[in-house]
Amino acid sequence: MSTAKTLLSLMAATGLLVACSNTEQAAVTAGAGAGGAGQIRPGSQEDLVANVGDRVFFDTDRSTIRADQRTVLDRQAAWMQQNAAVQVTVEGHADERGTREYNLALGQRRANSARDVLVAGGVAPARIQTISYGKDRPEALGSNEDAWAQNRRAVTVVR
Amino acid sequence: MRAESERGWSSVPVNTPAIHRRALFAGAAATLVAPGIWSTPLPAAAQGTGGTVIDITRARTEPIPIAVPDMAGAGPDAQRMGQNIARVIVNNLRSSGLFRPIERAAFIQTPEAAAQAPRFQDWRVLGAVALTTGRVELSGDRLRVEFRLWDILPEQQALGTAYNATASNWRQIAHIISDDIYKRLLGEDGYFNTRVAYVSESGPRDRRTRRLAIMDQDGENHRFLTDGQFQALTPRFHPNATQIAFMSYLRNEPRVYLFNLQTGRQEVLGNFGGMTLSPRFSPDGRSVILSAIRGGDASIFVVDLASRRERQLTNAAGLDVSPCFSPDGQQIVFNSDRGGDQQLYVMDANGGGVRRISFGNGRYATPVWSPRGDLIAFTRIGRGQFAIGVMRPDGSGERILSEGWAMESPTFAPNGRVLMFYRETPARDARGAGFSARISSIDIAGFNERQVVTPNDATDPSWSPLLS
Repeated sequence: MSTAKTLLSLMAATGLLVACSNTEQAAVTAGAGAGGAGQIRPGSQEDLVANVGDRVFFDTDRSTIRADQRTVLDRQAAWMQQNAAVQVTVEGHADERGTREYNLALGQRRANSARDVLVAGGVAPARIQTISYGKDRPEALGSNEDAWAQNRRAVTVVR
Repeated sequence: MRAESERGWSSVPVNTPAIHRRALFAGAAATLVAPGIWSTPLPAAAQGTGGTVIDITRARTEPIPIAVPDMAGAGPDAQRMGQNIARVIVNNLRSSGLFRPIERAAFIQTPEAAAQAPRFQDWRVLGAVALTTGRVELSGDRLRVEFRLWDILPEQQALGTAYNATASNWRQIAHIISDDIYKRLLGEDGYFNTRVAYVSESGPRDRRTRRLAIMDQDGENHRFLTDGQFQALTPRFHPNATQIAFMSYLRNEPRVYLFNLQTGRQEVLGNFGGMTLSPRFSPDGRSVILSAIRGGDASIFVVDLASRRERQLTNAAGLDVSPCFSPDGQQIVFNSDRGGDQQLYVMDANGGGVRRISFGNGRYATPVWSPRGDLIAFTRIGRGQFAIGVMRPDGSGERILSEGWAMESPTFAPNGRVLMFYRETPARDARGAGFSARISSIDIAGFNERQVVTPNDATDPSWSPLLS
């Protein structure tokens, strides 16, 4: 988890990941980076990031799963069925263009939306926890539309 | 809590020697005005206590010219203390935007002489409407401060009080005196003897440390309440200022906690089985209103502090957050997206009679009810800008006080005259350089915005009640 996150933020910082509202691109890019470090253990966070995609993105103030994001969650559900021992936390986040308290609730609703798709895809609810960080843990640190699009997200994290 | 009548004034000639004053008032009852601070009335100069009261109910008035010389003292320690007290008072009065303290370089009469007997013409020529004089006595760690406020035109003493306390309380005495001046000249309670709890933020934005901190309203006596091991957000004062409700990420479970300021003890509030957020105490201090996530929605609950029983007040689809009681405890204002986007709603304290009150341009959030009951302050988001504004509780009379790239989280001074909120500056680059968050204060008439000095970035201010 921490490696993937560090990689992602490193790439964001160096401009490799500028307008990454496309999850496939994130997974592929991160996979290429993680691949250099050696084999990826199945069922690990690195596996999830490299081969499945660990996150989905949302429209401003919305917590419904976008049609273009749904496949990522379907793949996550299949991956969790393959890796039956894996337990995850879905972290919900918001961009900085809202108030702290509302964004905390919004991040929770986003995490719940993602969880509901995983559960509908056959994952036992007990394997999934959710938490919201609102606007308080941005992935992209800029103050612009691209950064906000990256930050309106639900990230699945292997526990 | 404020015993104005017991701090009053009587009619004794101004130049009564100090020793007689003491003798005269040896039997005067001392009043406890704050923990460890006692006051006794001092004799007044002339008949009556009418004199100047400036009307500030208008939107904006010219600041009152006032002379605040150093307080006199025997010996270097007492003199230094007299200077320090006067400077805290000057800073308070100036920061309110309602007073114009006159530059000390212009003073003609010395502090020592003025403390003996003001020569009114020396102060009148400076344009002063009011003058303060005082004397500091230090013996060991005991501090006695005699303070007088003079109306310069009628040449009358308007206030006279002696304060006794341990020397370490000198700042609080200066704040109490500032509130005395404010009340006497403006006709309403001040807000200087207060504290502010807030969130101190440091580190890069994706890995920020967020600690509860507390300080005097002027930024002094700064102290951290939590160590940064877990993220802490949204502190809110209890109406008697002995505890704070806040949100903690302890054990990665975001929940509302109570923080006892006397013992340092923290305890989780309620058992909702999920995230709880946006707590505020009821005006009587007996319950906490908050938002809890259940199912897909955030709903508003009230938790009785004695029984810990919870009662659900809202049950609509959507996110209901940021509830705040009216000062009479009869109504609740809150933020909800039940209608599609964030707006402000008011309901009765039992959850009935919900009506939307915000209808302007944009999304509305973080409502707080003024302690005076007459206004609700809010954050408005629209057209790429954030703004802090006020409206009447029925939604009419909306006024924007400050606008910028990002700002939110208004909190009222206990007299309802001043707001604090936090303002952010955007990042300049993809690394987040240039981003900052700072607390500002502003008069509810929309002028005199000032940044509050804090050691780190600062968010989520909560203004305490008056401490005296």
